Amino acid sequence: MNALLKHRLTWPVLALVLLLLLNQLFRSDFLSVRVQDGHLYGSLIDILRNGAPTILIALGMTLVIASRGIDLSVGAVAAIAGAVSCTYIYNSPDPSSLRTAAGGVAIAVVAGLVLGLWNGFLVSVIGIQPIIATLVLMTAGRGLAQLVTDGQIISVSNDSYQAIGAGFFLGLPISILIAAAAFGVAGLLTRRTALGTLIEAVGINPVASRLAGLSARSIIWTVYVFSGLCAAIAGLMISSNVTAADANNAGLYIEMDAILAVVIGGTSLAGGRYSLVGTLVGALIIQTLTTTVYTLGIPPEVTLVFKALVVIIVCLLQSSKARDLLRQRRRPVAKQSDVKVAV
Amino acid sequence: MSVLTRTPTPLGRTRISRLQGKARYAPTLATVGLFLAMFAIGAGMYPGFLSGQVFLNLLIDNTFLIVLAVGMTFVILTGGIDLSVGSVVALSMMIAAALLQAGWNPFVVIALVLLTGATFGLLMGLVIQVFEIQPFIVTLAGLFLARGLCYVISVDSITVTDPFFTAMAQARIPLAEKLFVSPGVVIALVVVAVAFYVLHQTRFGRTVYAIGGGESSALLMGLAVPRTKVLVYGISGLCSAIGGILFSFYSLSGYSLAATGMELDAIAAVVVGGTLLTGGYGYVLGSLAGVLILGIVQTFISYEGTLSSWWTRIVIGALLLAFILLQKLFSRKVKLA
Amino acid sequence: MNEIVPVVDMSGISIEFPGVKALDAVDLRLFQGEVHALMGENGAGKSTLIKALTGVYPIDSGTITVLGATHRFSSPAEAQAARISTVYQEVNLCPNLSVEENILLGREPRRRGGIHWKEVRRKAREVLDQLQLGHIDPGSVLSTHSIAIQQLIAIARSVQVDAKVLILDEPTSSLDADEVQQLFTVIRTLRDRGVAILFVSHFLEQVYEISDRMTVLRNGRLVGEYRTRELPRMGLISKMIGKEMDALAELERAESRRQPGRQDEAPVLQAQDLGRKGSVRDVTIALHAGEILGLAGLLGSGRTETARLLFGADRADQGHLSIDGTAQTFRSPRTAINRGIAFSSENRKEEGLIGDLSVRDNLVLAMQASKGWLRRVPRSTQDQLAEKFIRTLDIRPANKDALIRNLSGGNQQKVLLARWLITNPRLLILDEPTRGIDIGAKTQIQKLISSLAADGMSIIFISAELEEVLRLSDHIAILKDRQMVGHIPNDGVTMEDVMTIIAGTPA
Ligand SMILES: Nc1ncnc2c1ncn2[C@@H]1O[C@H](COP(=O)(O)OP(=O)(O)OP(=O)(O)O)[C@@H](O)[C@H]1O
Ligand SMILES: [Mg+2]
Repeated sequence: MNALLKHRLTWPVLALVLLLLLNQLFRSDFLSVRVQDGHLYGSLIDILRNGAPTILIALGMTLVIASRGIDLSVGAVAAIAGAVSCTYIYNSPDPSSLRTAAGGVAIAVVAGLVLGLWNGFLVSVIGIQPIIATLVLMTAGRGLAQLVTDGQIISVSNDSYQAIGAGFFLGLPISILIAAAAFGVAGLLTRRTALGTLIEAVGINPVASRLAGLSARSIIWTVYVFSGLCAAIAGLMISSNVTAADANNAGLYIEMDAILAVVIGGTSLAGGRYSLVGTLVGALIIQTLTTTVYTLGIPPEVTLVFKALVVIIVCLLQSSKARDLLRQRRRPVAKQSDVKVAV
Repeated sequence: MSVLTRTPTPLGRTRISRLQGKARYAPTLATVGLFLAMFAIGAGMYPGFLSGQVFLNLLIDNTFLIVLAVGMTFVILTGGIDLSVGSVVALSMMIAAALLQAGWNPFVVIALVLLTGATFGLLMGLVIQVFEIQPFIVTLAGLFLARGLCYVISVDSITVTDPFFTAMAQARIPLAEKLFVSPGVVIALVVVAVAFYVLHQTRFGRTVYAIGGGESSALLMGLAVPRTKVLVYGISGLCSAIGGILFSFYSLSGYSLAATGMELDAIAAVVVGGTLLTGGYGYVLGSLAGVLILGIVQTFISYEGTLSSWWTRIVIGALLLAFILLQKLFSRKVKLA
Repeated sequence: MNEIVPVVDMSGISIEFPGVKALDAVDLRLFQGEVHALMGENGAGKSTLIKALTGVYPIDSGTITVLGATHRFSSPAEAQAARISTVYQEVNLCPNLSVEENILLGREPRRRGGIHWKEVRRKAREVLDQLQLGHIDPGSVLSTHSIAIQQLIAIARSVQVDAKVLILDEPTSSLDADEVQQLFTVIRTLRDRGVAILFVSHFLEQVYEISDRMTVLRNGRLVGEYRTRELPRMGLISKMIGKEMDALAELERAESRRQPGRQDEAPVLQAQDLGRKGSVRDVTIALHAGEILGLAGLLGSGRTETARLLFGADRADQGHLSIDGTAQTFRSPRTAINRGIAFSSENRKEEGLIGDLSVRDNLVLAMQASKGWLRRVPRSTQDQLAEKFIRTLDIRPANKDALIRNLSGGNQQKVLLARWLITNPRLLILDEPTRGIDIGAKTQIQKLISSLAADGMSIIFISAELEEVLRLSDHIAILKDRQMVGHIPNDGVTMEDVMTIIAGTPA
């Protein structure tokens, strides 16, 4: 029992369950999942589907944060990905074919990889602090996306393309499947290989890692590329969902949601130890929150206030310090050794 | 045991240390140097650029950002971050506009706004310190909260018609022939001066640097770490409130969406000014220079005039990058020299 | 000695960390005007006891009385206010600030209009002079100084105040003999002024030289309190380790000389006039398989810098380096490691430990790094390796899942050593591998080094203890003022010989 209380995922999961129950209280059919035309429907499915882009981006963000970085550019990258694919499809001779859709997806993925490479280059090779390095792309990125779309909202009608965000496969929304696949790949990639531990090592003490022979540079590069890739796929989902590329608003503030998801999931922004499952729970909390606002009929003016309060409460629940205070148990006032290295 | 005796004077060591001691200032010096260079380039490219008033306008147009950057410098020096500043600016403007509209005395309004800002910051600081939650998250929640409160006050924009505020908006303080500044500039520069004094002449200020250098060390050295960490966010909140008032002087309105993303401008200015985000290194004067650099970028763009809005974004991003690269190069050179 | 009322009286102190009972009903009494040594093996609980006294860790039970008043300090600041001045084991200063500020931080003299910087400088100079550190520029940034100097500056900070109690946790671990004497002079002056001094060191000679009484801990428990002159060394050691130790006699005896290295083959490492601007120059070394090269030199003479060049941690910009006869340029440690070189840094906190990872993860890190991230060392292998090295090096607690930052200093060092031994390097560079390590472990490590060399590994050994260098090495390279000034085979070289070379060569 005690171990369960101490586990870092206990509180986030509890918060998620509470939020869901709260919804159920106000709408009795909230937790039910229906089958309609062989597809699953229901609020839970909606939460998963709408949350898919955030989950994806938060996955990439988790690894970046574990390496002691941060990626503010993900929203802009998502916008660029949507912009290039939609523009490609829009301008192609056969805008509704599967091949065109595949081409658009490929271009977006390449764009995401390239932008990830760019961020990784600035951080690992040039040595710019991650917040600033990615701020550059955050600022310029939406401009680039607009440049691609020429400032217009590009609408496309291509069934295959639309399937990414709105389609179903084996009864489940494809976007959920994509997010699940990405989650699985990230989990395997980091825990089946040594990548996860090495990322943590670099995040905890970059100097010592280098002296132990780690190629910190390539590891950092890898996490930014992965983050770029995740952001691009999320961008595809977002634009496919509305069958249009909106350079200005696609993925707006998604970087903040993703960072929140990572932190709520128990990964420290100071780098080091991370939890992908935690991030998943965190992202679901964020998405459920948005849904809750609608279910409860909270007036839109106070939505942000509500969100802020929930975030703070979840973080408080999670903070071991807060729990210690509750239990009146004192802890060491200082950690034995805070490894701190100027970057 | 060893019988090694002390080296008479490890010559190399002292020489190196003196040099590296100077290297502390390198990023900040680089900022100032590059600002001058950019000004010179502007003068070469556009007739009329090289005038005192263009420079003073940089100050006039950025008073609020200067003050925000000052508060942000305190926070970043301790190794923290404050994402709430833009929203607190907006909240301050909304409170001021709403109260003025209700006919309150402008000075009472200003006092109240400053108090609110400082309290907001202190509360965030307390949460960060007492519950050990990361500043990024607490202040991100603060961002949402303050922005949300703006909407609660009013969804529409409120115009300020108070005579004192309008007077402040229009007042010009002549410096010399054809050269003038606004009262806001004076306030902003006073804030910079006070901050400089506090950081370099008080124990509190030195503790701010010490925390950035190593929080657990500072604690073991017996410094007032918890108090300082909380206060730093209070200062940032106060600065945001001052920034909000200055912005009100500038725009004469309150608007829920005002100053969105301004926290990123403030952070960028501080970093461009040579302060390390990991804490411990940096100066407020650098942050002032950082704001001016961002301002000059805007001036370039307005001189160019024909840029579409997306090119503006791209150019700002590119210049930010170019600047950081130059600064990196420059300070590395100084270190090696 | 003054036996009336103790200045500090701790009794029944217990502290438990998750999984470890670090202190179990420990008593400690400090009297006015005495130097009291706190003794115990690595992990015995010395640092924890000090942190309990000074408010860093809250105590689970027990009472602390200082100057007759019962206290429960909740922060180091409160302990300082009660006039307890402490130098903690790891250097705990602010690397970004100047030397003078580090000395006076939090108690800077003020006048109207703020901090009186002139006075700050004057006071800093005063205490630096007192410690014979007059050559240090008080305005220089702390991080530009070596660990040893930083240690001295931390001491300067602690003696700068008018304290009733002065606590020094391994203050001498990186100091050379002269600096130790300098420190002792200061300690004696303070003692004569009536200050109660608590002193921790693994160097028995120092303890016997300076202390009046001692308290011995073992595994978090109190063994006893003794008068130094009534407790012979052998007695102390057996009290510390809890068994009679015959092996100890063996320790004091000189190492039997090993087979000389395989001189006939090409040298494993050859450096010719290697150097780097602002670092060291003229590093010329030829090291064969199975040889141990000791680096001797004064503090700041460039020992660590030499090691960093050979390992590629800093890039050389002068001279040549070859491994097995083929020329190399090391751009990063990674390239050096791929050529079979390993380097254990003297700065374990910043350059060694991955604090938030487990002992196991830290142990296999270098091996994993050289394999690349794709080929993960299987968990079973990791466990086997961890268990093996925890056993052979007697790492405590013997828990491979413990976070390394929670280990005591000496045990951390052992883990770092094991990290490199696992990679089975051809050349192992050890920078101060025995610093802060208790006497039993130290012999163990020295023996290990000899046996590794006997198995064909080449070793470069750096230590501030010249004796240790002379005992272990086949060759000795001598550095002075960041330049290599001599390279002699160790055929009965004495300390005097080395000192003559250092004194004799013009810089
Ligand atoms: N913050 C902590 N959390 C958990 N365990 C700790 C912590 N600090 C110390 N310990 C454990 O407490 C025990 C005592 O450690 P301590 O640092 O006091 O030893 P020490 O006697 O100073 O040893 P050394 O000579 O190596 O410095 C060790 O087993 C150590 O692993
Ligand atoms: Mg210790």
